[in-house]
Amino acid sequence: MPVIALNPGYAGATADAEERFHGQRLLYIGWADHLMFCSPVCIPVSSAMSFGTLTEQVLPSLYGSHPDFATIDWQRVEWRHGSEPFAPDPARSLADNGLVHKSSITLHTPGLRGLGGSHN
Amino acid sequence: MTATPTNRRLGLKEKYALLTRDLGWDTTYQKMDDVFPYDSFEGIKIHDWDRWEDPFRLTMDAYWKFQGEKEKKLYAIIDAFQQSNGQLNISDARYLNAIKVFLTGVSPLEYAAHRGYAMLGRGLRGVGPRIASQMQAIDELRHAQTQVHTISHYNKYFNGLHDFHHMHDRLWYLSVPKSYFDDAMSAGPFEFITAISFSFEYVLTNLLFMPFMSGAAFNGDMATVTFGFSAQSDESRHMTLGLEVVKFMLEQDPENLPIVQKWIDKWFWRGYRVLTLVAMMMDYMLPKRVMSWAEAWEIYFENNGGALFGDLARYGVRMPKYHEVAAKEKDRLSHIAWGIFYNYTHAAAFHTWVPSGDEMAWLSHKYPATFDELYRPRLEHWDALEKRGERWVNNALPMLCQVCQVPMAFTEPDDATRICQRESSYHGMKFHFCSDGCKDIFDGEPEKYVQAWLPVHQIFQGNCFPEDVDPTAPGFEALPEVLRYYHVAVGQDGGDFNASPDKHNWERWTGPATPKAQTA
Repeated sequence: MPVIALNPGYAGATADAEERFHGQRLLYIGWADHLMFCSPVCIPVSSAMSFGTLTEQVLPSLYGSHPDFATIDWQRVEWRHGSEPFAPDPARSLADNGLVHKSSITLHTPGLRGLGGSHN
Repeated sequence: MTATPTNRRLGLKEKYALLTRDLGWDTTYQKMDDVFPYDSFEGIKIHDWDRWEDPFRLTMDAYWKFQGEKEKKLYAIIDAFQQSNGQLNISDARYLNAIKVFLTGVSPLEYAAHRGYAMLGRGLRGVGPRIASQMQAIDELRHAQTQVHTISHYNKYFNGLHDFHHMHDRLWYLSVPKSYFDDAMSAGPFEFITAISFSFEYVLTNLLFMPFMSGAAFNGDMATVTFGFSAQSDESRHMTLGLEVVKFMLEQDPENLPIVQKWIDKWFWRGYRVLTLVAMMMDYMLPKRVMSWAEAWEIYFENNGGALFGDLARYGVRMPKYHEVAAKEKDRLSHIAWGIFYNYTHAAAFHTWVPSGDEMAWLSHKYPATFDELYRPRLEHWDALEKRGERWVNNALPMLCQVCQVPMAFTEPDDATRICQRESSYHGMKFHFCSDGCKDIFDGEPEKYVQAWLPVHQIFQGNCFPEDVDPTAPGFEALPEVLRYYHVAVGQDGGDFNASPDKHNWERWTGPATPKAQTA
């Protein structure tokens, strides 16, 4: 049963429907092994933005304050979309890469395990 | 003709019967089901309301007398506390941050509980539970008032205490306790009473009140100790009601068991997630510590709660689902929570700081399996940055759990180095959860939780700015406007303790010596 309610067939408004975000959609981004950032972050993005723009222009503002960030070898990074491996094409848009409203992606940076290897 | 004596004193039993059970009646002009429309849709079957055993033999006249006496004592002590500048006797100004979390996060729940029990007093058709709910509704209102009155003294001297009710309805982290109660109040009456009276008041309340009241006593806060004592006898009544109501439902019909068990599972997990704030307070915010969160969890849940569920086994009730996950998290919870607030200290109405060397040694001693390996490195990194004048904060907003609304900071039950993420899809949209516990709750009633007011998403929808701003204007900066909407004063209420007016003032009043915690 989708809800236990007094009136049969009760339905409520979805608070975070995509159309409420003024032309943008939500994207969650996490960075594995860097728990100094307490949780993945949430940003509003244009679905037409390229994945390359995301990594080159947006990620530095989110994660650039970590000493590991400057040493990331972008040729070797791995991504996950939800729990699935994800191989984004940097030239294509977020939407064309299969990211939808409220997609959650995680950056894995082999060899970089946070402050002193502590997963921070 | 002989006059019948009209002023004879009633026996206790007689008075009790007249002033409780005798106050109810079966309606005849309207059907009982129409008068009490809310007590059947949840599926709980009650065949005989008269089988309800009143958990406390208290009538309204006695209730007012007892409560009036407690009030007189409480206010006499608060007066003395204020007149003797009791605020100067606390261990350190850092301590007050725990009270800020309490006033903005917990006291409004007392008021919400008042409303919830008032609704129950109307919604349930059995007169016994209606009377009990009525008394508890008044208790909860009293608790909200006494807490607000007591803590108001600190508001004269410290920041962050000035607008607790406004903040409770808006501030991002306060949506955690607020949504917990809203979830219960928007359920039916039986779920509400299981959620609040049983799962919270009976199973988890010791984990809230013991740390706050002992923490207050250890840290010289006589005001908080006093309202705690004043509430204590009420709390024992509330606990008894919680246990009684669960037994009553289970005895009335065997089909009630799966419904009640599902609520016990849900509300254990909901309550436990709210207690994340308490874990943080115990391990990080008290200059003089009482015990660690892990120790409190072992005593008050694993031992006491284990015994309770042992007793309930004869009704077919088992331990709440995912209690073993809570056990695995006990060495991590407070550190994760402090990390969240250190990340977002610039957007909170209380201060954070890096624990001192002595305090880190205590954490290391209490959490040998996790602290040095997983949590000390980040604290030392932050400390070094702060000493260079570069206090670190997280500039992006956090991803929140759809159900508990805590940032997605919890780690996999079997791997403390990986964030735990769970996902569901409902009507084609993705929803994210911090745990299997929260995912199960969503999957049980998705139509309810798609309506959740998640503060981060609300900010991005443009719903958290004051009315006088134009978010489309050139040069618009969101964060200062969100803080203005929250009534959080930048540079006063939030940010690092070391840079705060609270610290500056405290040193002016007490001398710049080291905190009493370290010299005592």
